[in-house]
Amino acid sequence: MIEAKGLTKHYGNFIAIEDVTFKAEKGEILGLLGPNGAGKTTTMRILTGYIPATSGDAKVGGYDILTQSLEARRHLGYLPETVPLYTDMTVREYLGFAGKLHGLTNAKVAKRSGQVIDTCRLGEYRDTIIGKLSKGFRQRVGIAQAIIHEPDVLILDEPTIGIDPRQVVETRNLIKELGGEHTVILSTHILPEVSMVCGRVIIINEGRVVAMDRPENLSDRLGGASRIVMDVRGPDREIVQTLSKVEGVKTVNSEDLGGRQRYTVDFRPNKDLREDLARLVVNRGWGLLALQPQGFSLEEIFLKLTTKEEI
Amino acid sequence: MRNTILITAKEFRSYFTSPIAYVVTAVFLALTGFFFAVSVTRPLADASMRDFVSISQFILWFIIPALTMRLFAEEQKLGTLEMLLTAPVRDIEVVLGKYLASLGVLLAMLLPTAYFVALLFWFGTPDTGPILSAYIGLVLMGAALLTLGLFASSLSSNQIIAFVVGAGIILVLLFADAVAGLPGADPPLFVQRLVAVIQYASIRTHLIDFSRGVIDTRDVIYYAVLTVVGLFLTVRSLETRRWR
Ligand SMILES: Nc1ncnc2c1ncn2[C@@H]1O[C@H](COP(=O)(O)OP(=O)(O)OP(=O)(O)O)[C@@H](O)[C@H]1O
Ligand SMILES: [Mg+2]
Repeated sequence: MIEAKGLTKHYGNFIAIEDVTFKAEKGEILGLLGPNGAGKTTTMRILTGYIPATSGDAKVGGYDILTQSLEARRHLGYLPETVPLYTDMTVREYLGFAGKLHGLTNAKVAKRSGQVIDTCRLGEYRDTIIGKLSKGFRQRVGIAQAIIHEPDVLILDEPTIGIDPRQVVETRNLIKELGGEHTVILSTHILPEVSMVCGRVIIINEGRVVAMDRPENLSDRLGGASRIVMDVRGPDREIVQTLSKVEGVKTVNSEDLGGRQRYTVDFRPNKDLREDLARLVVNRGWGLLALQPQGFSLEEIFLKLTTKEEI
Repeated sequence: MRNTILITAKEFRSYFTSPIAYVVTAVFLALTGFFFAVSVTRPLADASMRDFVSISQFILWFIIPALTMRLFAEEQKLGTLEMLLTAPVRDIEVVLGKYLASLGVLLAMLLPTAYFVALLFWFGTPDTGPILSAYIGLVLMGAALLTLGLFASSLSSNQIIAFVVGAGIILVLLFADAVAGLPGADPPLFVQRLVAVIQYASIRTHLIDFSRGVIDTRDVIYYAVLTVVGLFLTVRSLETRRWR
């Protein structure tokens, strides 16, 4: 449904994004993750046809966003970073305008306005002037205008920013529901949001894609290392030394839990060390209380990938 | 077409929900009304709208950019341009929609001046022909100037800049005929030609015929061309704004 091939955008000499390539299939929810200034908004603006790429091309619903722009745009629902609101309109007038702008008939607009006002919990404010709404409600109106015409492809630039926690949960659920039939790309800084909502995540840093996978795979594969956490009763120094000598282990950290130690063992990912470590501890006569394999958390991967820290 | 009407309706509505349309109309009527009163109460004044037309063009000089400055500048400021330009709507439809709304306000603003005409008929016996042609000329001129104001608005997200640039462009075109006095007596042929061209480009010279009751196709073509050029420039400006 969405296809980006080698997207590059220069602003003068500055390279905002470089060689961004990905695909999103129908029904998929793709997360775009990256620190400030990484190029998320730039990528989305290119995908929606708001700005052209310096090189590379993008397709939405099979239509090229530059050469078949109108057809491509017909498939799009877009929530820009700055929510595009006419502050002198009421919520209902605005949604009506947005719906008609996307080609809905008057009857359809009336029906869909009612529906999205319910979905985005705007009922109380349907006749309020948008200029008088709080930030969170404006954000909701922005989401409502993006989905009013039931687009195949939804592009949401930081959809949950400024929304209160309860509404965030509802918004995430809404996006998940939309995922089934629509293709969704969303950008966010909130890492848990990605693992909660997205089927796949693209991590982008300084304009380049540094990782692209399912959130759970990212921690295994792209982390570059794996981790086992084990609780052991025994002589601390000796245990650390023994574990460190195991083939493939990179680092061992110990932590005192009172009467037992917790060891965090990082090792190269191409090997499963669980059995080796368990056998070793038991053979030495130490008490193995717990052993749990653990991927890196998304936060750690994100930080490592975006700060180029050696893993 | 449907999209154009949609945008026209939205703009027209926002002209009248904000004070712009009222303020602009009030200023225009107050100024033209004042000069009209002064001119018709002079001794031996003729019952015509000629003075009204000649004063109107100067008032339109700043009224027009005031009407158009908001149209694109505000969309850029609010970020709504991003919504308009990513919706399945052609740039030309957006431009025409906004243009027609501003034209509508201009016509609505001229409408009350029919009162001046009524006064002429009440107290005198004016010629109907020149009055009609004067209005036609004024509307054609206004229609052309609006496109220039619209173009200026598409250049910036700042309404003041849009206003100043718009008024600047219009001012140059309005007084282009002033160059006629610049060369001394008996200038070389190419200077004469140049002056003739610049004079033809002047907005004012074309209005004179209209206020005398003459509808010359050259004048009509001039305003039509200016309108098309202004709209074209605006569409191009929106396009290049994507490339910036
Ligand atoms: N119009 C522009 N002119 C020049 N540079 C720009 C322009 N727009 C964006 N940039 C630069 O391009 C880079 C990427 O910006 P972008 O807005 O895509 O980042 P982002 O990932 O969305 O960041 P954030 O998380 O802060 O929203 C930034 O360094 C920004 O300064
Ligand atoms: Mg951004």
